[in-house]
Amino acid sequence: MNRPSKITWVTLAKDIRLEWRSKDSINAMLFFALLVVVIFSFSFDPTAEESRRIAGGLVWVAFLFAAVVALNQTWARELRNQVLDAYRVSPAPPNALFLAKVFGNFIFVGVLELLMTPLFIMFYKLRALGPAWELLPVAALGTWALVVNGTFFAAISLRTRSREIMLPLLLFPISIPALLAMVNGTASILTGEDPAKFWIVLLATYDVVFTIACLFLFETVLQAE
Amino acid sequence: MKRLFPILAALTAILLGYSFYQAMFVAPTDQMQGDVYRIIYYHVPSAWTAFVFFLTNFIASVVYLIRRNPKADAVAVAAAEIGVVFCTVVLVTGPLWARPVWGIWWTWDVRLTSTLVLWLIYVSYLVLRRFSSGGQTPVLAAALAVFGALDVPLVYFSIWFFRTQHPQPVVGGGGSIDPRMLHVWMLNWAAFLCFGGLVFWQRYRLEVMQQEVEETQALEALLDVGSTG
Repeated sequence: MNRPSKITWVTLAKDIRLEWRSKDSINAMLFFALLVVVIFSFSFDPTAEESRRIAGGLVWVAFLFAAVVALNQTWARELRNQVLDAYRVSPAPPNALFLAKVFGNFIFVGVLELLMTPLFIMFYKLRALGPAWELLPVAALGTWALVVNGTFFAAISLRTRSREIMLPLLLFPISIPALLAMVNGTASILTGEDPAKFWIVLLATYDVVFTIACLFLFETVLQAE
Repeated sequence: MKRLFPILAALTAILLGYSFYQAMFVAPTDQMQGDVYRIIYYHVPSAWTAFVFFLTNFIASVVYLIRRNPKADAVAVAAAEIGVVFCTVVLVTGPLWARPVWGIWWTWDVRLTSTLVLWLIYVSYLVLRRFSSGGQTPVLAAALAVFGALDVPLVYFSIWFFRTQHPQPVVGGGGSIDPRMLHVWMLNWAAFLCFGGLVFWQRYRLEVMQQEVEETQALEALLDVGSTG
């Protein structure tokens, strides 16, 4: 049995089991995203034509804000009983742990998106005029972009005072190109006016670059004293 | 070293005064834009200076990650702070110029957006340094600096996909500029670099002293524990 992959799998299974029993992150995220949908919807009350243009932005801003809730939980959970210190002294490769956390967050945010999408369609009267299947790569790559950097920056903000506020302050500026690609990709699929291919390629590039950077630097950040 | 600083400061002040005089009174007035164009003597050299300091910060951060030399971290802090100041000048003078010339304060153009994102990243870098405590700050900040450096090209390409409104770079971009204007430009850049370098030097020394103080305090605390326990 390959050891790093086993560590990843065990940690991931543990996180999913914890979340399944407590449902802390997912409930908070769902309610938060729901509030964003409702508040934006009655603030703007857009027609179907307008909402095609703005929905991309609304959806992703809602998911970004909601994802921060789960991301803040990622490492804070390991502080109780010094679990994180135990990881630090254990011979387990740090990247296996990091990947487990990223997969876990990817699953949580993915579940959130699956549950929220019908609500968005309902409130904003959405119907894609472009190829709707392209929304799938945009969503998958975009979620990975948010989650991989989010998990990394959550590990950084864990070391600071007022860590819950620190995470968005670090994550949002770095996420601007990814967010731009998600929003424009979604908007061009919904309006069917432009091809979304450029944005998908950009997201894939962003994902590759920052996944490598995270794996390269995570051990340094975890062991920083 | 201590005597060198007032001399350099005086020289920098003279250079700044001379370049101000050149920019305001000697450089020819632009045919199309009139006198309002003179703001570029502050806008463009500030941008170049900011980029020089951000690049310094990035290199110092990488050096710190590899060598763990506290001096590299001191260079990184000083460069980031001064870079943010010059970048702020760029972001303030840009809209002041754009309003009369383009008719708008702001547009989501390649250079404007990249500069704004760069500024945001470095402000978050300074916030991180302010909020984290102890010996881990340099490592965390250096990691963030590397992420920022990876991010900027992606921002640039993502916006480059759209039409761009900012005037093409006239230096090295195939454009033409009156040699007298170029002369004043370079003069201003030299003055800003000298001024930035001077502040950088002092900030760097302050940071190194700060590190020494912290080290001494930590050592004293250890000795106290040793003598009482």
